[in-house]
Amino acid sequence: MSNQDTLNEMGQVIVKILENEVHEYVVANGELTITARSDKIVSILTTLRDEAIFKFVQLTDICGVDYPERRKRFDVVYHILSLKHNIRVRIKTQADDENPIPSVVGVFPCANWYEREVWDMYGVMFDGHPDLRRLLTDYGFQGHPLRRDFPLSGYVELRYSEEEKRVVYEPVNLQQEFRDFDFMSPWEGAKYILPEAEPDAKGQEDSIWQK
Amino acid sequence: MAEVDIKNYNINFGPQHPAAHGVLRLILELDGEVVERADPHIGLLHRGTEKLIENKTYLQAIPYFDRLDYVSPMNQEHAFCLAIEKLIGLEVPERGQYIRVLYAEIGRILNHIMNVTAHGMDVGALTPILWGFEERELLMEFYERVCGARLHANYFRPGGVHQDLPEGLADDILRWCDHFPGTMDDIETLVTENRIFKQRNVDIGKVTAEECYALGFTGAMLRGSNIPWDLRKAQPYDAYNDMDFDVVVGKNGDCYDRFVLRIEEMYQSIKIIRQCIEKMPGGDVLSADHTVTPPRRASIKTSMEALIQHFKLYTEGFKVPEGEVYAAVEAPKGEFGVYLVSDGSNKPYRCKIRSPGYAHLQAMDHVARGHMLADIPALMGSFDIVFGEVDR
Repeated sequence: MSNQDTLNEMGQVIVKILENEVHEYVVANGELTITARSDKIVSILTTLRDEAIFKFVQLTDICGVDYPERRKRFDVVYHILSLKHNIRVRIKTQADDENPIPSVVGVFPCANWYEREVWDMYGVMFDGHPDLRRLLTDYGFQGHPLRRDFPLSGYVELRYSEEEKRVVYEPVNLQQEFRDFDFMSPWEGAKYILPEAEPDAKGQEDSIWQK
Repeated sequence: MAEVDIKNYNINFGPQHPAAHGVLRLILELDGEVVERADPHIGLLHRGTEKLIENKTYLQAIPYFDRLDYVSPMNQEHAFCLAIEKLIGLEVPERGQYIRVLYAEIGRILNHIMNVTAHGMDVGALTPILWGFEERELLMEFYERVCGARLHANYFRPGGVHQDLPEGLADDILRWCDHFPGTMDDIETLVTENRIFKQRNVDIGKVTAEECYALGFTGAMLRGSNIPWDLRKAQPYDAYNDMDFDVVVGKNGDCYDRFVLRIEEMYQSIKIIRQCIEKMPGGDVLSADHTVTPPRRASIKTSMEALIQHFKLYTEGFKVPEGEVYAAVEAPKGEFGVYLVSDGSNKPYRCKIRSPGYAHLQAMDHVARGHMLADIPALMGSFDIVFGEVDR
């Protein structure tokens, strides 16, 4: 298992060799994380794959993370593994929903589906991807479900219509109100205005106590 | 005779097809009977597991992992628990680690029985799956005795396992270990040297070591191509360091090698199960850090604070410090990883599930090209695909 020193060493070497492409490295929780420029990701991964001191021959995963409050709201995270040195490295880049970032399918063919999934779930575009279709969602699906502002229930639900003899899409109609408990300790205090604290609290007239 | 313009023919394989191992729509472009292109359409079983996990507390998220690869449920829980423990810096008591390894290996056998026998069925041998399922039923009984559920276990918890082994279970598992190789022998006499089975599998779906890396193969797929890489040895987690077992590798990287390799891995798993039970230390099975683990049932009966703690833990849940980790286990199908991002609250900010079957199925296009249509079920069988984890 790779320990703290080897990770630090590896981080320093990577930052030194790729000084124009990489911002910095962090070692936390026994893992090495590198932040990098998204437009240089192809050359970063090519170097890390081919150089004898790295040999990160396997791309484990690509995934997106959404931070809606940021200007570049998405993180695109690459996990690579060197079987020779038994080290994993995480490379983090930033992206938004307008400017595509370069696709790495040319470096790792298995990036194909991972990038399609990130496009599907977050709407990050990949420049040079051979086949950027939706992957996991339904044919003709609208929106990007893993974004933080996409509701858990989604926007449409479907059923088989006996009249039309086909599956029809309808706006979501929850039979029971969606319950989202925050379980905050009462003495910590809520960060939002509680419904009964508002001056013209709705729901007062249909309260059972007034009937 | 006038020249005829021959067009390639497209067929839909699935979504309802017995050899599709679930709900796969595979669009095959055929030139006669030769596959020119394969385009898997996945997502028919997509349940939005990652989105759901973002909206649940850490403890509520564990059962979702049983429902990914439902053939070996506990191995997935293992990865998620390891990720949480890594973020919190939680130590698991030794007995808890041993029980986890024991059940992870039972999960591996559950998976491999399913895979090798279903692989046999895909190419025409119906009997092994009937014998194999009898053994799986016995193993699921062990699941049931320890956690109350045959499939959706929810047994591994951050900090250990939910409860200790009931009395007599360890002896029954040992007795099963003695009897199981007999069944395996029976199955092997039917298929391993069978002429038809070999014709359908030898030299089918060959992948070289370089291709394996490029395609992101892990687990048995990687070892089948003679790469001795096993996370249980390379990056040992829990009690795997104390276990004595061999990493099995294949030679040719074809469907037949992967089949034989999985059978051999079952024998190695039995070896680990035996060692686990023989070396099993005493003590707690769950960490005593009660910010994460519930107080013991007996203390809830007498202590008000324990009762409050129990209530808070199962409603509000525990908070996990800010940070990000990637934890991976050697699941039966390959490297199953969880990338967990925490914002310091009681719910994961992001939980990306890296499932091995996803990468394997993706390679279908590359591997299937130039093969006959009838080889597709054999390929699918040896890729070990379960749609619960591919679609998530």
